[in-house]
Amino acid sequence: MTTQPLTSSLGEVAKNRFESKIASTQVQGIGLEARGIHAWFGDRMVLEDLSLDFWSGTVTALIGPSGCGKSTFIRTLNRMHEFIPGAAMAGQVLLNGQDVYAPGTDVTKIRLKIGMVFQKPNPFPSMTISENVLAGLKLAQLKVENKDDLLEECLERAGLWTEVKDRLGAYGGSLSGGQQQRLCIARSLAVRPEVLLMDEPCSSLDPGSTLKIEETISHLSSTMTIIIVTHNMQQAARVSDYTAFFLSEGGPGKMVEVGPTGEIFSRPKDKRTENYVTGRFG
Amino acid sequence: MTEKQVVRPQKPWQSSPRERFNSGLVLLAGLLTSYVIVAITPMKGKLAYFSLFFLAFTIYDFTFHYFTRGMALAKDAIARAFVALGITLAVAPIISILATVFIRGYKGIHLSLFTKDMKLNSVSDPVNQGGLLHALTGTGILVLVALIISVPLGILTAIYMTEIKGRFVRPIKFLVQAMSGVPSIVAGLFILSAIVYPITKSYSGFVGALALSILMIPTIARTSEEVLLLIPNDLREAGVALGGTQWRTVAMVVVPAAKSGLVTAMILGIARIAGETAPVLLLTGGGDSVNGNPFSGPMGSLPFYIWKAYAVGTAESVTRAWAGILILLVIVLMLFISARVLSERRTSK
Repeated sequence: MTTQPLTSSLGEVAKNRFESKIASTQVQGIGLEARGIHAWFGDRMVLEDLSLDFWSGTVTALIGPSGCGKSTFIRTLNRMHEFIPGAAMAGQVLLNGQDVYAPGTDVTKIRLKIGMVFQKPNPFPSMTISENVLAGLKLAQLKVENKDDLLEECLERAGLWTEVKDRLGAYGGSLSGGQQQRLCIARSLAVRPEVLLMDEPCSSLDPGSTLKIEETISHLSSTMTIIIVTHNMQQAARVSDYTAFFLSEGGPGKMVEVGPTGEIFSRPKDKRTENYVTGRFG
Repeated sequence: MTEKQVVRPQKPWQSSPRERFNSGLVLLAGLLTSYVIVAITPMKGKLAYFSLFFLAFTIYDFTFHYFTRGMALAKDAIARAFVALGITLAVAPIISILATVFIRGYKGIHLSLFTKDMKLNSVSDPVNQGGLLHALTGTGILVLVALIISVPLGILTAIYMTEIKGRFVRPIKFLVQAMSGVPSIVAGLFILSAIVYPITKSYSGFVGALALSILMIPTIARTSEEVLLLIPNDLREAGVALGGTQWRTVAMVVVPAAKSGLVTAMILGIARIAGETAPVLLLTGGGDSVNGNPFSGPMGSLPFYIWKAYAVGTAESVTRAWAGILILLVIVLMLFISARVLSERRTSK
């Protein structure tokens, strides 16, 4: 590591990344907007009045100490929040201008457009590698012209193709943890989502696999909106264009600050953000 | 470089030959005491030997440990003696049953048991005449029909309890548990009064299978529920997050992941009903010839054959009954073993 203070080095990493990104891709407009999101488990409010825009073709990192509502927030975005007994929410999530919580919305269509990668790799144990990748098509009853092409494309984009192309018939559970997680990413890509939510995708992986997944995220980010929850600040600095800092001070979680990743790590506006990104607490 | 010393694996915590010799002495003393007391007192019989030996051994073992190792280990010895007594009392009857069935039954086993029925013979004929074919096919058909009815109902009930988690989960869970304790004769009488008397007015394999289903559904539902509860929630969330409806997620992800466990549930259900006698006596009408049609005519079965042959009471018929019991027991044991093997393969995966 460098002898520079942590903030400036992370800020530097993020700034360089941001500038090269702006040069190479065109920001296409707002893909997903969260408007005044509140969330409850039973009577306990865990998330209060959170509004955040996610631009197409960008990566947004959500950082903050455990229990500040990051995971709950991204689960409200693709309506997975409602699976937890006692869960409630208020606010709007607009996908291309349409509220995903509007009455009469087909929730399965929403989840097709907003894919999700979970904290723990969870390939389907009864399916082979290729069946896992294509599972979304069967689950959502989608038709594709050429399954083999899609299979190769998704595994390629997830950075797994060269490692598994000779054993596509093996069971998903036979892969290593990092490969399983990339298999899960490939599985999410097969239904062609516009947005990909990643809930601490590297928290159970070793540094080598983490690096591979970060490369995958960089590859994907030019074509889709990615929102990643992470506890690893280096990771946030390396992969994200924007960073939002969440914090719960005893009560419900709130967003303290959001901005380009370089600014959050080098010139945060809020004292609490600075304390967190410099490792003084959390 | 010096020669490397070879270190051999040792188990210093195991008892030494001397300690083993001492515990052998304690055992011998217990046996001797029980023998002497039976010889000089009016207490007689196997039970007297057994209980006196247990008492004497416990006292000697306690005393021995007390003087050599102290109070704590002496108490440990007593606890160990009672545990050994417990498993002996639990296992002895099972071993005894198995031994009796085998000793009495093997005399009645011959090859034509599996190729002939009792159409032309009575149970009092010499043992090597006639056979069990009608009973085996009958039990097979009863089990098959009961399976066709119970597997979908049982698994759907389990899916309601673990996946849909509707408002009625608690009452249904309670009902299923209570149902698994329903006496089989109650199931038989229910079908008799609800279906046979008012509707079909005749005995058949099918009505017997209906009664057996009443007994089978709770077993399958409870076992399947336990199996489905073991499936991690991550998989359900992954399925739904890929745009699957709940039903498609359950059918394509959850049930395939639980497949071997559900097969185990099925096998346990079969083992539960294969030997059921009361509903079969009430509903199937017996029958001595092979009947492949569950919807008409009397249908034989192993429990019915055993009951019928034993009731006649001649030496030949009783031997036949024991042979039938032996075959039934072997079938049920094989089912349990295959269920066990399947579920072990599941946990080791």
